[in-house]
Amino acid sequence: MYQYNQFDHDFVRNRVNQFRAQVERRLDGSLTEDEFKPLRLMNGLYLQLHAYMLRVAIPYGTLNSRKMRQLAYLADKWDKGYGHFTTRQNIQYNWPKLKDVPDMLDALADVEMHAIQTSGNCIRNVTADHFAGAAADEIEDPRPTAELLRQWSTDHPEFQFLPRKFKIAITGAPNDRAVTKAHDIGIRMVRNDKNEPGYEIIVGGGLGRTPMIGKTVREFLPKADLLPYLEAILQVYNLNGRRDNKYKARIKILVHETGVEQLTAMIEEAFETQKAYHQAPPAEMVEAIEAQFTPPEFDKNPVDEAKLSKVVGADPLLRSFMETNVHDHREPTHAIVTISLKPIGGTPGDATGEQMRVMASLAEAYGYDELRISHEQNVILPHVHRDDLPEIFKVLKDAGLATANVGLLSDIIACPGMDYCALATARSIPVAQELSNAFEDLKEQKDIGPLKIKISGCINACGHHHVGHIGILGLDKAGVESYQITLGGDGTETAAIGERTGPGFSYEEIVPAIERIIGRYLEIRESDEEEFLETYRRTGADPFKDALYSDEKEAA
Amino acid sequence: MSVIVRDSGFEKDTWEAEGGLFIDLEKYGQDLAERSAENTCIDIPNDVAIESLKGLFGNAAMIRIPFPSFADGRGFSLAKQLRQHGYEGRLRAVGHVIADQYGFARTCGFDEVEIDFALAGRQPEDQWLARAPKQDLSYQNKWLSERELRNN
Repeated sequence: MYQYNQFDHDFVRNRVNQFRAQVERRLDGSLTEDEFKPLRLMNGLYLQLHAYMLRVAIPYGTLNSRKMRQLAYLADKWDKGYGHFTTRQNIQYNWPKLKDVPDMLDALADVEMHAIQTSGNCIRNVTADHFAGAAADEIEDPRPTAELLRQWSTDHPEFQFLPRKFKIAITGAPNDRAVTKAHDIGIRMVRNDKNEPGYEIIVGGGLGRTPMIGKTVREFLPKADLLPYLEAILQVYNLNGRRDNKYKARIKILVHETGVEQLTAMIEEAFETQKAYHQAPPAEMVEAIEAQFTPPEFDKNPVDEAKLSKVVGADPLLRSFMETNVHDHREPTHAIVTISLKPIGGTPGDATGEQMRVMASLAEAYGYDELRISHEQNVILPHVHRDDLPEIFKVLKDAGLATANVGLLSDIIACPGMDYCALATARSIPVAQELSNAFEDLKEQKDIGPLKIKISGCINACGHHHVGHIGILGLDKAGVESYQITLGGDGTETAAIGERTGPGFSYEEIVPAIERIIGRYLEIRESDEEEFLETYRRTGADPFKDALYSDEKEAA
Repeated sequence: MSVIVRDSGFEKDTWEAEGGLFIDLEKYGQDLAERSAENTCIDIPNDVAIESLKGLFGNAAMIRIPFPSFADGRGFSLAKQLRQHGYEGRLRAVGHVIADQYGFARTCGFDEVEIDFALAGRQPEDQWLARAPKQDLSYQNKWLSERELRNN
């Protein structure tokens, strides 16, 4: 894991002091409210419906027990005893007081953490595959690049006042778990035909009110050219992105209006200049970053398979957990454990301080002191020896953290919605909770199979509904919540934007409507193995529209 | 009237008093013979393409880039482009730049910032000096200085 050097420490501490001074300068009138707002946003501080909200970065989703315990400490000391993990590998505290925020930032700096650029019209916290460094299918660990990007983008002098926010995601595996095609820039680590490492660069993806799948502007970019190339993209965007309309200001609109060919030509031209002048970090520094991500010394002991299968065989709950929440590790003796923060009927992504400490202790005892946060709002133990799985399961179960639903219907992504967010037009957490309750039988969920339901409480799409197999978008129709359904969305390497089924449903109708979709799927799937998304791709939307709306037609 | 912010602090704007002229880019071609590069400052809009400026470099002791709002960051990229394409004259940001942006402006290639008295009153000199390049820790500057150290 990356350890701060003296400069990183000084930088983060200095930043806290700057923010402390900015709060004071707001109070003494040096800064107007308009001037203060982007400065506080760049330090992760939002003004929400009921209170301030502090969004803390967990760069590329990686943390250790010490950091996790500090997140628990913040939750207990300055919030109501819990935190909310988000779809961008951040954690949000929903109830801090403005006067406490500089102290919270200082407490974060104590453990090499910060809230820098988790909001604002700048380059946001860079996200990465949550299985990075562990996944069996990985070509290369994306985190050294992600850390380099964190340093490069932090307080980048040219790109702090962009037309709009700017999100970058990176993956080092062919199976895209980082939703790279729905980011302003998606980076995929690839090899060329000479087996040299490089990057595929995807630009202009995004969700929000105008969902777009990113377009590849470079199939293969040599590794050394990454920063000047990104500088070129950002410069073209900063100078040409629209500033007349906030809803048309993201780079996806520039790609759309300029055309990908012309924009690529503009980027390549800027890149030629950047390459000549870019002040790249010294090679030694890049190597020093890479060296900090060397994998741990994995326990070489063979797995006691006989014992493991006996224990698993005797415990159906453990067996179920093994099937859904445990994934292949690059070391066959090890496994990746996903801890679901989606208990049946719970708030997706919430964890109490106590639960955070339990996860920290597990990482310390069994997981080489590593933890990850996924964009799906779960927590990962990336490296555990398979012999330890039963014990880990037992501890998780006692903490209410063993829900065996990863990848299933109730593993729902939901934005905070109207319960917290000032922008929301509808509730999303209660919809997730009621859906989860309606399908509380995990055996039934397993029969339904892999299914991604994603819920957003407004058109800004923080709940990623466009890329949900089933997407739910909550809108306000003349003062009444109305939920639109989209089907067939996909956030992986086969990315697709979901298709709207038709008229929306009221709050009372939305859960039964989803039940009808699931019922129809179970009727028409060709076999138990055909997943929901496969059925949808085979049949199209018609059978599902029929299930959703046929009663109305009959009545009419 | 305005205040010029430099790394040494607040200064009076002496440009016009010393015979300097501010010329809009669109009027640049007029009366060329009557002025010298030394007394020419060209005001360029912040949405101009760099290609159309290259011919001016030798004919202007100063270029001024407007910041209509501190939230409009185009000026930072334009300054950087001017430097990257070889402009070596004086570069001034004018308008709504806030003290918190001073380090960014300097790193992007501006020599100075021109603000009005009201802003200078609201954000006095010390708030700007606190963000002067020497005080402003930045990864970009650190990379730059480490490379220079190695090259020397």
